[in-house]
Amino acid sequence: MTDIHALSGAYAVDALGDAERAQFEAHLVDCPACRAEVDSLRESAGLLADMSSTEPPAHLRGQVLASIHNVRPLPPQTPVAEEVSSPPARRRRWLPALAAAAAILTVIGVGVAVTQPWQDDSSQVEMTAAERVLNAPDARDVTLTFPDGAQATVTHSPREGRAVIVTADMPPAPDDKVYELWLIKPEGTTVPAGLMPKKADQTFLLEGDASDATAAAITVEPAGGSEQPTSEPIAVFDFTEQT
Amino acid sequence: MTPLRSVPSGDPSPGGTASAQLAALLNRAARGDEAAFAQLYDATSARLYGLVLRVVRDPSQAEEVIQEVYLEIWRTASRFDPDRGSAMGWLLTIGHRKAVDRVRSAESAHRRDTAYHQQNLPIDHDSTADEAHASLEATRVRAALEQLTEAQREAISLAYFGGYTHTEVATMLDLPVGTAKTRIRDGLIRLRDTMGVGQ
Repeated sequence: MTDIHALSGAYAVDALGDAERAQFEAHLVDCPACRAEVDSLRESAGLLADMSSTEPPAHLRGQVLASIHNVRPLPPQTPVAEEVSSPPARRRRWLPALAAAAAILTVIGVGVAVTQPWQDDSSQVEMTAAERVLNAPDARDVTLTFPDGAQATVTHSPREGRAVIVTADMPPAPDDKVYELWLIKPEGTTVPAGLMPKKADQTFLLEGDASDATAAAITVEPAGGSEQPTSEPIAVFDFTEQT
Repeated sequence: MTPLRSVPSGDPSPGGTASAQLAALLNRAARGDEAAFAQLYDATSARLYGLVLRVVRDPSQAEEVIQEVYLEIWRTASRFDPDRGSAMGWLLTIGHRKAVDRVRSAESAHRRDTAYHQQNLPIDHDSTADEAHASLEATRVRAALEQLTEAQREAISLAYFGGYTHTEVATMLDLPVGTAKTRIRDGLIRLRDTMGVGQ
């Protein structure tokens, strides 16, 4: 196994490619030692800038100060993050708990609003479609665990013709980037299957017809997504290796 | 695997007073204080512009990047966490990231041609350095850099000032992939421990 800790220096000086950066940021979420190391190495790297100090052109000052005038500073980050970084024990229980809740709700016909009270109506419809996939008799799972402990499971039901991804403790994509999902067709073509909402724990129905898909993949793409992958996948879920 | 070493405790970054002043200015800027932000600009723009210019090289592009950088600083000032490092370190992190994003997205044939010049740039004698900032601090940094191996200095220089990925650095220096990231990390750790920065 490559030692992901060893990327701390390259990360501190922005010398990782997009995929590695996403991977390492995922790792940072769960590794306080690496976070402390990155902070301290960034601090040392910053010292190098002392040696290239150069006065900017005078007109730049006015432009900078004019440009901020109409921009609202962001509020401080409030500790919502605690909510999403669940301890490992909770992570492991999460999938069965959801499945159980889904089964009960299907029987009594209440819908998913009980377990996902923050979802709006349109996503309730999607959750129901997602649950059909999760509960389909031919549904099969592929689970991948990332080095930092984040988990993603893609459930594929050829009969429903759809696939669903369930993530746990998934760190956010880097700034200005998104996680884009893809379906791989038997002839090898890659079809966009949607952009993952920025949530650590979620159930997301892949867009598009997955009935004959042989795999799903996740790549890191520029904000807004791409028509075709522009980077190596950070995860590939091979449906032909399902158990 | 190289075991992680514990970060030395005690002495925070040098120049504590100036650093506290910058942190206070950032704090006021986070509350929308434009005058404080102007002071912050005056205190930091030479270091940020110098760094960005060194990475992107083209002065007009450097100006564009600097505008983005200060806008980002203004927007996200409330996210600065003094427990994680100095205010200047935080500003430079934002500046460096934007500069690197710029050169990566604007990667051109011309830039690739300059790679070998870049490689030979000495890290420690920059004629563009402003005299006013050729301070005791810069002298200390130069002395600390002497403690690094030539190989470490070279790798750090290509990554930090060149904006290259560790994989590109490895290729440029004819190293096996994976070697450059180790040199960068080891060099930065040595620099950190010599300078006594970090938590």
